[in-house]
Amino acid sequence: MVFTSSVNGRVLIKIKAEGRQQRMTGLDQSQSSQSQINAEIAAAQEAYAKELADGASVRHHPARDYPPYRSSVLRHPKKPLVAVGDPEAVELSGPVFGVTDVTELDADLTRQHTGEPLGERITVTGRLLDRNGKPVGGQLVEIWQANASGRYAHQRDQHPAPLDPNFTGVGRCLTGDDGSYTFTTIKPGPYPWRNHTNAWRPAHIHFSLFGTAFAQRLVTQMYFPGDPLFPYDPILQSVTDESARGRLVATYDHDLSRPEWSLGYRWDIVLDGPAATWIEEGRDA
Amino acid sequence: MPEFAPKLASKPAPTPAQTIGPFYGYALPFTGGGDIAPTGHPDAITLHGYVYDGAGAPVPDALLEFWQPAPDGSRTGAPGSLRRDPVTGAVLGRHGVDFTGFARVPTDADGHYTIRTLPPGNASYIAVCIFARGLLHHLFTRAYLPELTELTGVDDPLLASLEPRRRATLMATAEGERVHHFDVRLQDDGVHEETVFLDFP
Ligand SMILES: [Fe+2]
Repeated sequence: MVFTSSVNGRVLIKIKAEGRQQRMTGLDQSQSSQSQINAEIAAAQEAYAKELADGASVRHHPARDYPPYRSSVLRHPKKPLVAVGDPEAVELSGPVFGVTDVTELDADLTRQHTGEPLGERITVTGRLLDRNGKPVGGQLVEIWQANASGRYAHQRDQHPAPLDPNFTGVGRCLTGDDGSYTFTTIKPGPYPWRNHTNAWRPAHIHFSLFGTAFAQRLVTQMYFPGDPLFPYDPILQSVTDESARGRLVATYDHDLSRPEWSLGYRWDIVLDGPAATWIEEGRDA
Repeated sequence: MPEFAPKLASKPAPTPAQTIGPFYGYALPFTGGGDIAPTGHPDAITLHGYVYDGAGAPVPDALLEFWQPAPDGSRTGAPGSLRRDPVTGAVLGRHGVDFTGFARVPTDADGHYTIRTLPPGNASYIAVCIFARGLLHHLFTRAYLPELTELTGVDDPLLASLEPRRRATLMATAEGERVHHFDVRLQDDGVHEETVFLDFP
């Protein structure tokens, strides 16, 4: 009798816990498991390795058709891109920004409210370069990120982690003549999302970048070294080339850390797009 | 240039793109982002349309950017698209004297966007860049303006290279006085042709 009731008790507790989890994560039966996603990630990587072995060139960017990221299924073109080789193309020039487009405080995300945000204070610094390694100076860099608990100050983020009244998570700056940028912020937390059951994004900062040509436009995400969530994340793994994936991960740089103040990370960004020679001198250069 | 030029060895590999995700909405759009034309300018044109996915459903969380030459044909652009108040940090918006050539607008809950601009000089199209949740790497396309394309379109190397059904996806359609409609279809939905997207190698 005692045995039975304790079993019943356990069953009840288990059902309760599942009900709670279902409410919190919006779990639904159609979602894949993490192991299914892992298998798809592995399959895409094997297919890429085979392509490379067969002589294909290195793929620096994610394929737009990447089923492990479920939202990509209906949102990628099926026809190949059309290459534009016109030296008169408008996309070889691009928008410019200046000192009126940013304010001094925009690069310090910890000073946008009356109080100090919670979390680990960090600086992220690096250089913006073009495909030839030439610095891109005077251009706009924009970032946005979750707070230390993994919550965005965005109405649609329903992750039940606390908002921080002292942290919005939006920054911008202009690069220096040497292409350098620096942000002071707090380290964002990882957060759950609904791509599949138990899906978690590794901690990341979203970056938006401009070059001298509109065709160099880049939106990407910076990750933190050693994050245990890397292998489970279909967005990072959509970059099937291992060394390309590595270029999305910042380096911890102790020389950038400031005593009793902040930890320093370094992340250089290289814009793709038309060769600089084409932009500056025309296609025949 | 000799083959061992150090420049060749130092060329860095590009940083991969990643999706803009669902939460850019409080970071990237800015007040007046779609208003390239100065308020009340008599030559202003409206370009608007929808972004659709492969099921023919509107995409409510796309971000579109537009870049174009000034009416005089200049391609230098000008700073000040997202001019800010240095005291409060609030967006002041363009001051209406310089032509920045740049617009940025999110699609609304219906998947619709609108920009107001002046016709580009010495070009028959406005360059478009599309970002969206679910799109791992942004896409480029062009909105050709019919009245400008009729004059110069015969010579346009891109339009000339496309078969008519594909070419049509790049043509904005006139919708009354100074209003043009231009939809972006991320994927063929079985009825409508997928938009032509561009690569700049
Ligand atoms: Fe994110």
